[in-house]
Amino acid sequence: MDKSILMDWYRQMVLIRRFEQRCAELYQQGKIGGFLHLYIGQEAVAVGTIAAKADGDHVITAYRDHGHALAVGSDTNFVMAEMLGKATGVSKGKGGSMHLVDVERHFWGGYAIVGGHLPLATGIALAEQYKETGNAVLCYFGDGSTNIGYFHEALNLASVWNLPVVWIAENNQYGMGTAVDRASAVSELIKKASAYGMEGQRVNGMDVLEVYESSKAALDRARSGQGPQFIEMMTYRYEGHSMGDPLRYRTKDEVEKWREDDPIGVLERHILQDLDVDKDSLETIDQEVEQQIEEAVIFAEESPLPAAEELFTDIYVEA
Amino acid sequence: MAKITMRQAITDALREEMIRDDNVFIMGEEVGVWGGTYAVTRGFIDEFGEKRVRDTPIAEMVIGGAAAGAAMNGLRPVAEFMTINFAFLALDAIINHAAKVHYMFGGHIKCPVVFRAPGGGGRQLGATHSHTPDAIFAHFPGLKVVSPGTPYDAKGLLKSAIRSDDPVLFIEHATLYQLRGEVPEGEEIIVPIGVSDVKREGSDVTIVAYAQGLSVAMDAANQLSNEGIEAEVVDLRSLRPLDMGPVLESFRKTYKAVVVEEGYRSYGIGSEIAARIQEEGFDYLDAPIKRVAQLEVPLPYSKDLEQAALINAPRVIEAVKEIV
Ligand SMILES: Cc1ncc(C[n+]2csc(CCOP(=O)(O)OP(=O)(O)O)c2C)c(N)n1
Ligand SMILES: [Mg+2]
Repeated sequence: MDKSILMDWYRQMVLIRRFEQRCAELYQQGKIGGFLHLYIGQEAVAVGTIAAKADGDHVITAYRDHGHALAVGSDTNFVMAEMLGKATGVSKGKGGSMHLVDVERHFWGGYAIVGGHLPLATGIALAEQYKETGNAVLCYFGDGSTNIGYFHEALNLASVWNLPVVWIAENNQYGMGTAVDRASAVSELIKKASAYGMEGQRVNGMDVLEVYESSKAALDRARSGQGPQFIEMMTYRYEGHSMGDPLRYRTKDEVEKWREDDPIGVLERHILQDLDVDKDSLETIDQEVEQQIEEAVIFAEESPLPAAEELFTDIYVEA
Repeated sequence: MAKITMRQAITDALREEMIRDDNVFIMGEEVGVWGGTYAVTRGFIDEFGEKRVRDTPIAEMVIGGAAAGAAMNGLRPVAEFMTINFAFLALDAIINHAAKVHYMFGGHIKCPVVFRAPGGGGRQLGATHSHTPDAIFAHFPGLKVVSPGTPYDAKGLLKSAIRSDDPVLFIEHATLYQLRGEVPEGEEIIVPIGVSDVKREGSDVTIVAYAQGLSVAMDAANQLSNEGIEAEVVDLRSLRPLDMGPVLESFRKTYKAVVVEEGYRSYGIGSEIAARIQEEGFDYLDAPIKRVAQLEVPLPYSKDLEQAALINAPRVIEAVKEIV
């Protein structure tokens, strides 16, 4: 893989992580409200899969959506403004953390009802097939979401109609406090794919390269008419489900063990050891990211709140 | 008398009923190891074990349906929907199954299930997570729907719901969990389903409210009192069956009414109450019946914008002053 590409992935992952760490602080200060679901630990999944997509391919995900928004290239200023509920936010302050969107970049948004967006992905893929565009859809969801009816109905129909969807199961081991094997009759989620005619592949989701390679191949197959694909990304969220998670369901040791495979650390080691890059270059990236985020916070803080009339806009297209 | 939170009152009712009847059990998302998303069942899994405190997958359709089935076959499930917004996924199980089997099978089957569901707006959770869809559920005969506004009523109504032989949807407004109120210790508290209650006496106007709307109404009534307007506040507590007795009795005294609800005005609880007052108390009607409700918009995330859409005491006061 080209050095500049890997450096770019490194930058994206650091951006997502630092963005979210900053969001956690803003939440503590009461500047972000509602729910805040951090993606920290899972960065390689969004970055590696989205790196594999072609321009016309689509992205749709659940409420844990900051990583996907930043990976598709949404402006950090506008994303941060949404976090603060400002008029300049990607959803004009109406959506918040769980409902980021960037239609220009084919990012159809984060959805907060578990599983609700999977049928939407099926439909988005149907439209692409119908229009014969050759574009595919990347649809992300958590392990917990594979137990809801939406999942089964969406996967089944996508397979029956041979639609160009790549299902990305982000298996971070828990749906809130419920471990996979306490909620799913099979803990290997790829087995569920086989019920809907897909082979499925289990991938180390902490390794951005592996994530990239598998998604690239899956997207190619989906685009070439071979129907839906299913990848189970084995990953982990380091933080609580949302802010204020009592974390009674797992041990500190378990978290520490996963941190040894930290996706940023794994890539950093690879870059430093195999690519003849010195630590300074990475630190420069870190500093640039830091700067970018501070600017985003300033932009968001200085942005106006939505005007009172905004309450009544966007309810219907036709006034 | 001890003042406890609504959360504690609900917890106490659940615990007491589980101790009283072995067939009462809890199922739902994160009710066990996590201790309940709103901490209502904290410690229950240690106290009652996994047999009676059952974590489920994220699968509302089967939570609703399996709870109904267990109830049909002799158990007393208390199924928790993490929030009422997710109960939309179980609408069919609740409305086409739990609420129908008794009638459809000529009374041969009963379905004594309780569905608990926190709901309501005001927490910046955005459009899908902030619903107050009480009227939707209250629309259907066969399902009982209750929504308490005080810790005492919460405890007493939940106990009645668990003991009821009919399916009951028990709606908890999530912003009320911290609300404190008097609940006597060491005595059995039962509040019958389908009985409205006068929460404040007054002779100038009748304010009809329930759940979080009750807090708003009481706040408004106290402020109005400073200006010499005495409002009578009637708490519905149950939406189905609906007890219009105290509402009409009050109205025949005040000739004026304002209905307060957090849901939308259109096709809402207020519409129902206003229609019934008009039908049954027409001769006493002195002014239009006012409805204070959520503005007709999906709830936004941004705080001020969201608050602007919700009910509050000033809006109730304004409505009262328009007719008094
Ligand atoms: C239909 C529905 N039920 C319940 C919830 C509450 N809820 C939000 S996230 C979540 C856990 C989802 O777990 P998973 O799919 O593994 O995704 P993760 O949070 O781990 O990314 C639950 C139960 C919801 N949002 N929607
Ligand atoms: Mg998960």
